[in-house]
Amino acid sequence: MATIENISQMRDKFPALRQKVHGKDLIYFDNGATAQKPDSVLSLLNEMNSGTNGNIHRAVHELSAKCTSLYESARITIKDFINAHSTEEIIFTSGTTASINLVANSFTTKFIAKGDTIIICEADHHSNIVPWQMACERSGAILKILPIDENGEWMMDKLESLIDESVKIISVAHISNVLGIANPVEKLIKIAHKVGAKVLLDGAQGIVHENIDVKKLDCDFYAFSGHKLYGPTGTGVLYGKREILEDMGPWMGGGDMVESVSLFKTSYAPPPLKFEAGTPNFIGAAALGEAINFVQQFDREFIRDQEYALTTSLLEGLKSIDGVKIYGESKHKLPIYSFNIEGVHHSDLAMLLDKMGVAVRSGMMCCEPLMTRFHTTGMVRASLLPYNTIEEIDLFITAVQKAVKMLK
Amino acid sequence: MSIKEVEQQIVEEFSIFTDWLDKYEYLIELGRSLPIIKESGKEDKNLIKGCQSRVWLAADYSDGKIWFTADSDAIITKGIISLLVRVFSGRTPQEIIDADLNFIKQIGLEENLSPTRANGLLSMIKQIKFYAVAFAANKQ
Repeated sequence: MATIENISQMRDKFPALRQKVHGKDLIYFDNGATAQKPDSVLSLLNEMNSGTNGNIHRAVHELSAKCTSLYESARITIKDFINAHSTEEIIFTSGTTASINLVANSFTTKFIAKGDTIIICEADHHSNIVPWQMACERSGAILKILPIDENGEWMMDKLESLIDESVKIISVAHISNVLGIANPVEKLIKIAHKVGAKVLLDGAQGIVHENIDVKKLDCDFYAFSGHKLYGPTGTGVLYGKREILEDMGPWMGGGDMVESVSLFKTSYAPPPLKFEAGTPNFIGAAALGEAINFVQQFDREFIRDQEYALTTSLLEGLKSIDGVKIYGESKHKLPIYSFNIEGVHHSDLAMLLDKMGVAVRSGMMCCEPLMTRFHTTGMVRASLLPYNTIEEIDLFITAVQKAVKMLK
Repeated sequence: MSIKEVEQQIVEEFSIFTDWLDKYEYLIELGRSLPIIKESGKEDKNLIKGCQSRVWLAADYSDGKIWFTADSDAIITKGIISLLVRVFSGRTPQEIIDADLNFIKQIGLEENLSPTRANGLLSMIKQIKFYAVAFAANKQ
């Protein structure tokens, strides 16, 4: 496969980037919500939907065998991509939310009792807050919160005071979807493991911007979505250490997750199938494998330079705007910037940008506690991928300035 | 003027704009000119919370008519609110119950009323209709 080592080779692969919105060339800066898909992913989706379509694992016919093979190959691709030990550790889900809920249910049922502690972070997405609140309600465990400082960075000194033997799991975002900071997860994992606590990383943004090596990280769970990684919506992965997955009971019951079933008793299949009840989104999973094949064509140096150039240029552009307040400033920043402009409502700004062909996110971004932390009802977020360009950033900043002029 | 006639008037006002931004510029202007809700009306019971923007709506009933005042923290939302207040305020409950809101679609702003926009506008319209039904019931 050819390497992708410059921006035009990159953009060539994405038909969605070549469209007009409200008569203007699209500037797509909402990648933190979902990425666009390259040709290869679109072709595979089309090929499977229009022909190679047979339910996996169950039938002996050719179409089923082909789909099973594509599904299981995708599992191998993902295993290699994040450097897991084995494919048993790769569970297909419908997305990060489902992955986290799976752990919040199965892990909690087995390993968490009344009086135990679960830790999350105040910067986290609702999908890493609500499942744990529910888990606490069911189990009687106590929820504790890792705070962040004014710049949006984890207050690691506070973590030390939260940690004791009662902590059973810490579930936190690798990279915040709002703040765009790569958190010091290696350090957190070491601290957690000292007291025997497990760590789940919400990698919805992390998988897109960092090279993930779960062996090196030594995290116990890593959850991510396919649609932010150039793959289809409704796909996702939960990585879990094999020995933990083996001890965890299933979450949902159904077909394909069993060894044998009688009317009153079932013995479950080993992981990963134990956690994949029912017909999975096998076409989506295969296409996610293809999306990862695509990512693996990237020239590492090009991607690193491109992400750095976008991050610094976006920061510089935003800082040139009068009255701008940027949330999340750190050395470990990715091209995800949330901001507000004094005297301008985030939703007004996003609406006017849309009319100028610029897609950004605005509002609470599913992080209401974080909004409260920064005393705001919402923010505007520009989240970029390596297929975005410096020229787009310049046009974006000009558009913001024009909108601000209209609104002030 | 009937509700239909006011709606038609608004459609005509918007028909002069060919560019999206001009249309929004006008909405911003309308938002600025909206007499805001009385401070006393800006309490939690009148707050319609959306993920994008917040809307306050208060209703007073006198002489058989409902008088609305409203506000929002976002100026474009406020502009759209001013149109709704213009159409609905000072009407009888029955007029409000019977009204459709086709004009919003005709001026190209229906996307702002989709349930997914979470700007509080759709809930505001529901609330306006709810007030009308409630006042109509009280009258009997």
